[in-house]
Amino acid sequence: MGFPHPPHDRESVVLSKYFGDKEAIGLEGWRKRGGYVALQKALGMTPAEIVGVVKESGLRGRGGAGFPTGVKWSFMKPGDGKPHYLCCNADESEPGTFKDREIMRWTPHALVEGCAIGAYAIGAEVAYVYIRGEYTEALDRMNAACKEAYAAGILGTNAMGTGKTVHVYVHKGAGAYICGEETALMNSLEGRRGNPRIKPPFPAVAGLFGQPTTINNVETLVAVPHILNNGADWYKKFGRADNPKSTGTKLFSVCGNIQRPGNYEVAMGFPFKDFLYDLCGGPLPGRQFKAIIPGGISVPIQTREEAENSPMDYEGFVANGTMLGSGGVIVIDDAQNLVKQIARAARFFAHESCAQCTQCREGTAWTTKILERIVAGEGSTEDLDTLLEIGEQMTGKTICVLSDSCATPVKSGIEKFRGDFEALIKKKKVHMVPAQVA
Amino acid sequence: MSATRNEMGGERAPGDLAHGLHESAPHVPVFTGARRAELDELLTRYPQKMAALLPALWIVQEERGWVSSDAMAEVAEVLELTPAYVKGVVSFYTMYHQHPVGQHFIQVCTTSPCNVCGAEDVVNALLKHTGCEELGVTSADGKYTVIEVECLGACGFATPLMVNEKFIESVTPETVPALLASLG
Amino acid sequence: MADVKQVNLTIEGRPVTVPDGTSILEAAKTAGVLIPHYCYHPGLPVAGVCRMCLVEVEKAPKLAPSCATAVAEGQVVHVHSPKALEARKGVLEMLLINHPLDCPICDQAGECELQDYTYQEGRSEGRYRDPKRFNPVEDFGGDVVYVANRCILCTRCVRFMDDVAHDPVLAVAERGDRALIAKFEGHDLTHAWAGNVIDLCPVGALLSKDSLNKARAWELDRSASVCPNCSQGCNMIVETRDNQVVRLRPRPNEKVNKFFMCDHGRLSYRWMNRKDRVDVPLVRQGGVLASADWEVALRAAAATLSGKKAFVLASPNLSNETLFLLGKLARKTGGGGAFRVPQGAEVPLPGVEDLALRPDRAANGRGAELMGFTRSDAPLDGLGAGDVLVVADEELAELDAAGVAKAGAVIVIGTTLPAWARHAANVVLPIANCTEEEGTFTNLRGRVQRFLQAKAAPGAARPSYFVLGDLLAASGEGSGFWTAGQTFDALAAEVPAFAGLNYDGLGLRGAMTQGALATGGATA
Repeated sequence: MGFPHPPHDRESVVLSKYFGDKEAIGLEGWRKRGGYVALQKALGMTPAEIVGVVKESGLRGRGGAGFPTGVKWSFMKPGDGKPHYLCCNADESEPGTFKDREIMRWTPHALVEGCAIGAYAIGAEVAYVYIRGEYTEALDRMNAACKEAYAAGILGTNAMGTGKTVHVYVHKGAGAYICGEETALMNSLEGRRGNPRIKPPFPAVAGLFGQPTTINNVETLVAVPHILNNGADWYKKFGRADNPKSTGTKLFSVCGNIQRPGNYEVAMGFPFKDFLYDLCGGPLPGRQFKAIIPGGISVPIQTREEAENSPMDYEGFVANGTMLGSGGVIVIDDAQNLVKQIARAARFFAHESCAQCTQCREGTAWTTKILERIVAGEGSTEDLDTLLEIGEQMTGKTICVLSDSCATPVKSGIEKFRGDFEALIKKKKVHMVPAQVA
Repeated sequence: MSATRNEMGGERAPGDLAHGLHESAPHVPVFTGARRAELDELLTRYPQKMAALLPALWIVQEERGWVSSDAMAEVAEVLELTPAYVKGVVSFYTMYHQHPVGQHFIQVCTTSPCNVCGAEDVVNALLKHTGCEELGVTSADGKYTVIEVECLGACGFATPLMVNEKFIESVTPETVPALLASLG
Repeated sequence: MADVKQVNLTIEGRPVTVPDGTSILEAAKTAGVLIPHYCYHPGLPVAGVCRMCLVEVEKAPKLAPSCATAVAEGQVVHVHSPKALEARKGVLEMLLINHPLDCPICDQAGECELQDYTYQEGRSEGRYRDPKRFNPVEDFGGDVVYVANRCILCTRCVRFMDDVAHDPVLAVAERGDRALIAKFEGHDLTHAWAGNVIDLCPVGALLSKDSLNKARAWELDRSASVCPNCSQGCNMIVETRDNQVVRLRPRPNEKVNKFFMCDHGRLSYRWMNRKDRVDVPLVRQGGVLASADWEVALRAAAATLSGKKAFVLASPNLSNETLFLLGKLARKTGGGGAFRVPQGAEVPLPGVEDLALRPDRAANGRGAELMGFTRSDAPLDGLGAGDVLVVADEELAELDAAGVAKAGAVIVIGTTLPAWARHAANVVLPIANCTEEEGTFTNLRGRVQRFLQAKAAPGAARPSYFVLGDLLAASGEGSGFWTAGQTFDALAAEVPAFAGLNYDGLGLRGAMTQGALATGGATA
């Protein structure tokens, strides 16, 4: 639901049903709301059966990549004699995205349950929930939920009395966007710098501690209990009739220059225009949307006209030239200096680059310096060509996609809003607070 | 550094940070007694000792307010790592303080989504009202340090900031004075 | 290795067959194609971070880092395609944006891979117009100084200290473009093998304090050699400038030292440039040692030996060839010989099997044994009263030189003339040191390895095998030892352990003697 706003009747409220409901935070309240029924059921099924249902449901990774969850789980070979691990990626750091935070703040037990089912399904006895260090409230609530679950015998060496072992441990990050990249997260969990790893080997072969590992986003895992409770067919019904590839409900975080920012849960394929104007209330009084980034700051930026045509699912956004990403909708209106915001986005990536790959370490910082110079009224037309060329060098050439992500808004920004850049270059010095990198 | 500040082992509210140790104060080991037991419990969660590095550094920061070189060396010894390795890790993560910070360490999100909602105005208001004047500089009374932080993941509640471990949302330049007053 | 699957692929149009699991980068080497790279090093774990070795693989969606991409059957690889060149040009430009471009004052200039590849594939002009990042120069301890501004964060040094030296004192600190290599206060690069990070550094970021500002790379002459400073026999390159040894560096040998060399070895070169050399033959005449020409001196030495038993006190830093001829000389007179080896602590390089700075701080103790010399801490004990003592490049340091008095006469065949010898020597024959002649050493595992001449011997000093050959000839013992090769081949024919070996066949990587004391795979 549109937390912190009341639910809109066009939302499909499943995962966000108890956002804002303080009673749902604790174990007792959660049980009253149907909690841990799915886990009990799951522990009575074989892992293969669970994987089958999840596969059938069409659930795809909600962290950004959209990989089919059941297929990912099926990569974990049972009986290989190795310890398996489940990592829950709760390092939500993609600017514009704050859905996992609300899931953990309001329904921590939903995530504990999702992790427990996921771990069991992939043959793991341990699930680690890697939560970004800044999410102090989510951390407290997840820690409390785990404590309760252990005390109630839900977790531990005799999970729900089934004799099966399921551990869920919370691991606190310490300030690094890149740890949301799955292999960087594993390195971080192992006590290393959060450097993404070269693939192959893929996590399902050699992941956390060198063992077969599956890593899933928070929203993905909390969807699983609902799928087990209601069946794959029920889940598949959420979505466009003409696009069976994107199923279920999706949480979208909305922020920026818009009437009602917050989290909204809609069925896959929801019309983006209706979403922006109907659910989120449209632009602030007297303003107009200028640019929209629909899937977190890493995806291509679009003009209002372009953006409004997208159906809100994986394929819909891609067909329209951008991506669903993490579902973080950033809205920028006509009162903003767009170039400055793109420069700010670049600085974010420069700050977060892990420093491994040359193009990323140097390119993100170089891009930032040029953009900030343009914003300061010191730019030249050649700078735009240089930016595009640096962006090309930063795309598809590094271990992970952080440098691609930095290049994307710059490239799409110059392509779609070239006039804004040229205006800055031609005449005015636009005031900008010389903010330091923290 | 103010002499009135919370010295190590002083009274502390749970979750509050023991800020304000002078950078040159001699290092007293962190991992003794209850803190050692806490670390030992954490170690049972992982198949490798090194995995407890981030949690161990958090314990240090909770205890001391920052992670000194001596503390890095202690963590290295406890987890059978080298101090250089620990330094490499500490300096990777922005939340570990490698220097003492003000009693109220204020991190304001100014990444694009908050930036378009006026986060920089909030920063300016904070710098003015705390007397810090500059980002990253601790105020003369040792009470405040204000820094910009990259995306706090609360973009729908612009402008969010963190004061030590506490999250505060929807801050505007107008609410800054009251906010600071509430910190004491 | 027959059971390892072979993979066929095409690199730059050349068919290549390599074992399964080989990286494209290594496979390309077999085809004579060097793919530019920085972070990759065959002696270190793969990092795949510099992104310099990107190549185009047909049908792959993206350029592949060739160091971290295994070969596949039927693969078609383009190293110099426009796409691959463009990507590497991009990497080079990025590596240089914050680089100080201070080649004229950089020690690495001339042997810098950043220079080389930029010259080869980079842009002629950078487009970076903004301020460069700055970090001060830092003393890393040991022989190493870190010039952060030139660092390209390839992490070879970090990986060496972590995975090879097992002494992780270096780490990447900070992140983004603020990242740099850091050590911890009070924990220096004092590991006995730490100097290797200087060679491993592909740019001018890690420099040797010892060789700082001594020479530009192009002023150096280089010769393949073997480190004489312990019995491991690390292959090395001797670098000289104007006939002075200024730097020793490791030369790869998979069977001995991989790519490495210890600090003791690399920094113990000053003796090779000693100024107090004896550079002319001397003969005692009327109680005074006076210079003589070679013929006179050799005749005097032969006369001194005539009818006497010779006892040879030899340096274990002499070549197999010289020791062979010394042994021949002793046996001819019915005498014997001994040697002693200075000792030190053994310091292994843990990440490489059977590689260590050895307690024997001399190259050829094993060779001396094989030539029939007796190892002894009191080597003069074997000297019989009235025997002719032949001292071959042994200064008797810390030995009681009074023991020499037992000898009926003393012949010094050496590079120097120690104080005792000024009084005791009847004849002094000046010889070249091991950087001034060629020959072979036998390492502690029995591996015979050639070293080449790196500089000229002073004055009239001659190669040691040549002097011994002449002395034997003057004593009526045939001849034919005009070259190190001839001498080695004679040695191989006579000494059983060397059977089947010949000088040319040793190449520059060496070969094992018979019944060698091999341990482990590294020396097998």
